Amino acid sequence: MNIPFTKHTLANGLDVLIHEDHALPIVAVNIWYHVGSKNEVPGRTGFAHLFEHLMFEGSQHYDSGYFHPLQEAGASLNGSTNADRTNYWEVVPTNALDRALWMESDRMGYLLPALTDAKFENQREVVLNERRQNYENRPYGLAGMAIVDALYPATHPYHWLTIGAADDIRAAHIDDVRAFFQRYYHPGNASLALAGDVDPQRGLQLAEAYFAEIPGGVRPDRVRVSPPAPRSEDLRLVLEDRVELPRVYIAWHSPPLFGDADAELDLVAEVMSSGKTSRLYRALVYEQRIATEVAASQNSRELGSFFQVVATAAPGRTLMEVERAITKEINTLIDRGPTTGELERCLAQAESHFLFRLQTVGGFGGKSDQLNAYNTFLGDPGYFEQDLRRYRSATETSLRAAAARYLKPSGRVMLSVVPRGRVALALQGSSAVAVS
Amino acid sequence: MVDRSTLPELGPERAFAFPAIHRTTLANGVRVWSVQHRQVPLIAVLALVPVGASSDPSNRPGLAAITGDMLDEGCGDRSALEVHEALGRIGAQLDLDVGYDATVIGLTTLERYLDRGLELVRDMLVRPRFEQREFDRVRELRLNRLLQLKDMPPALADRAFAQMLYRGHPYGHLPIGSEGALRALMVRDITSFHRRAFIPSRTTVIAVGDASHEALQKSVQRAFDAWSADEAEPVADPETFAPAPAPPARLALVHRPGAAQSELRIGHVALPRRTADYHAALVANMILGGQFVSRINMNLREDKGITYGARTAFEFRRAPGPFVLHASVQSDATAEALKESLAEIRAIRGDRPVTRQELELGRASLTRGYPRNFETADQIARAAAQLALYDLPDDYFTTFVPKVLALTEDAVTAVAAKHIDPDRLLAVIVGDRDKLAPSLKALELGDIADVAP
Repeated sequence: MNIPFTKHTLANGLDVLIHEDHALPIVAVNIWYHVGSKNEVPGRTGFAHLFEHLMFEGSQHYDSGYFHPLQEAGASLNGSTNADRTNYWEVVPTNALDRALWMESDRMGYLLPALTDAKFENQREVVLNERRQNYENRPYGLAGMAIVDALYPATHPYHWLTIGAADDIRAAHIDDVRAFFQRYYHPGNASLALAGDVDPQRGLQLAEAYFAEIPGGVRPDRVRVSPPAPRSEDLRLVLEDRVELPRVYIAWHSPPLFGDADAELDLVAEVMSSGKTSRLYRALVYEQRIATEVAASQNSRELGSFFQVVATAAPGRTLMEVERAITKEINTLIDRGPTTGELERCLAQAESHFLFRLQTVGGFGGKSDQLNAYNTFLGDPGYFEQDLRRYRSATETSLRAAAARYLKPSGRVMLSVVPRGRVALALQGSSAVAVS
Repeated sequence: MVDRSTLPELGPERAFAFPAIHRTTLANGVRVWSVQHRQVPLIAVLALVPVGASSDPSNRPGLAAITGDMLDEGCGDRSALEVHEALGRIGAQLDLDVGYDATVIGLTTLERYLDRGLELVRDMLVRPRFEQREFDRVRELRLNRLLQLKDMPPALADRAFAQMLYRGHPYGHLPIGSEGALRALMVRDITSFHRRAFIPSRTTVIAVGDASHEALQKSVQRAFDAWSADEAEPVADPETFAPAPAPPARLALVHRPGAAQSELRIGHVALPRRTADYHAALVANMILGGQFVSRINMNLREDKGITYGARTAFEFRRAPGPFVLHASVQSDATAEALKESLAEIRAIRGDRPVTRQELELGRASLTRGYPRNFETADQIARAAAQLALYDLPDDYFTTFVPKVLALTEDAVTAVAAKHIDPDRLLAVIVGDRDKLAPSLKALELGDIADVAP
């Protein structure tokens, strides 16, 4: 199981990865820039994402928006920003590959001449509306902010979410766009993947033709930051929100993406909450019926991850009961590890998830996106098989050890989100947090 | 050097062969469709029963949905937990969906587990246990879900929109139903609904993946052959539903004090899936609000910046479904967003008919990217399921592109004029009444109907 590819680096530093798959007459074009909200500074949070929006507003040689010529060619396209990277993709019919590369290279090379105050101000408003829609006006929508705010000190770039603070977005300035572009948006900080109905030689020729003229910049230094100091005691917080049912979030620091025990904690999350036979679902939702839903996840990121369990209390049940039940299940896993049957089930699921990932050439999570993820974070686009091996080599003992080391019942961040005016429903001893 | 003075022209289109569907029918009436798709060693199985929330008895909204939800809560020789243990063991992804017109069980798994996957799908469909204990638990979860929906503007808007648009009609409630109806339900309601609705002669099983037609057909046959056909009373076909009455107001509001945005739905009852105007309606929608570069999104987002995005769609069903605009807009621009949306809708059938350029863009977006919809086994199975659910012709996929390309500006404008009527549009808003009321009055859409959250 793998994604065969070729890799070449152009003279300007752009990595070009090509995967051939002629099943359909489509090609995926996918570019990652190794920049995300972790490259921002306090006071200017949300900027990497705002910048991503501007990449769709036209460039010097085609200044009528990015979507039109591509939708006209039958493409689907999008982009996204997270803490660690920004990606852009098109899936185009084979006959539109030239056009997609022309467009991608034009915005990589010639964005700034087309930038105007009007575009900048318009997209700033759009982003503020995105924030209202997906965070402010959504139940529990601000919880993620409260969690990272508490997990990371103010000097750590994971202290804020990628969407950023509303005031910071308002304070963003068009000059910041220029500086950001020059520093992060150049071939030396990017990786281009083509996957689908393309011959590797021709793909490389096209990449050369469109991107070689763009000057390579200085690859920015990797963000270095000392890991947050471990807490000795749990931190209990409460956030009031427009919700009907109280919910608790429990978070622990955990090893970074691809780090030691990262895969094990992914599997621990599966054992705990994937499917009705998982431990937390079974205990909290199925048997005791004290929660309406529960989810565990290892949120893997470059500088450090966090493991999180989220559960919503059933009507009439308390967060204290819910938290105790969660802690009990995790402690049991720490004491005894998973059963052989549980591990087998989770490995079967992991194996099929890897296979599912081979089904599409483009889009979020398609083969081109995966090649770029491995290349950007590890410098090795061929990591797919090794990645799978991380999961296959996990054992009952290694899962138990990972849980014991990282999911201790102390030093956690525990956030209660409660209906407005009902702070008494929070875990005892919680102090109020203010996020907006 | 690259010539950056003009965009590269598109090269010749590469031919695409649509996947062939092999169709057989078992002695008990189950239709078995297979498609070979050999890229990845996976299989997608889809079982479709054309009965959904529109078959809910009028005093039992939510019955079809909870019946669908109960299918994996114990079936055949397996308890609820055993079903999920078995699914996990084969690394399967299960998706149970109850829409207005259909219940669909979708399962994707490794090719080597084809028979085990099919056995599970068969047991869910044919041999659900419907045990009291599991029913009580599932109902409680659905009641809790209903409670949580009260805080979710999109869900509130969808519910108010369905209620206002389809009063007394089988499409007038969300599939999840209402609290009162869920509380009144009994296991025997579900058992009898299942017996009535889930019968072999209505069922289509579609298997797509890395195996030959023969192997796929044989496996489905082996799993479903023994399902015996009870004499069942028919369930009403949505195509025979009486039309919904006109909504009692043009403007409805769900009060959400201090809301950061207003959630909007604007629309009216429009077209059924089986209509000769289908392709023209799709193109008209692409131009009006169906994609990023559509008139409404470009206006509200790219020009005004008052929303993260606005989209329109014809929601095609067996009976006429709505034409609807979805958007979430900043509160102080609610009236402006409504006014602009209504003006755009009015203009396409009035002083700004479809232009040649828009026609070409709309047609191209729909046709040039069409092969993308057939990339994964699950996508292919779902595309085939559309043919089964709406009784579309066997050559539907191959005729899609030529039919779209044959459309003219006039034909598209005419279809927009025929099926989108600005004077019948209902606008539903989930937002802060106190802040919005004065500006909404100025729109002259009549009294605001209050809808409880």
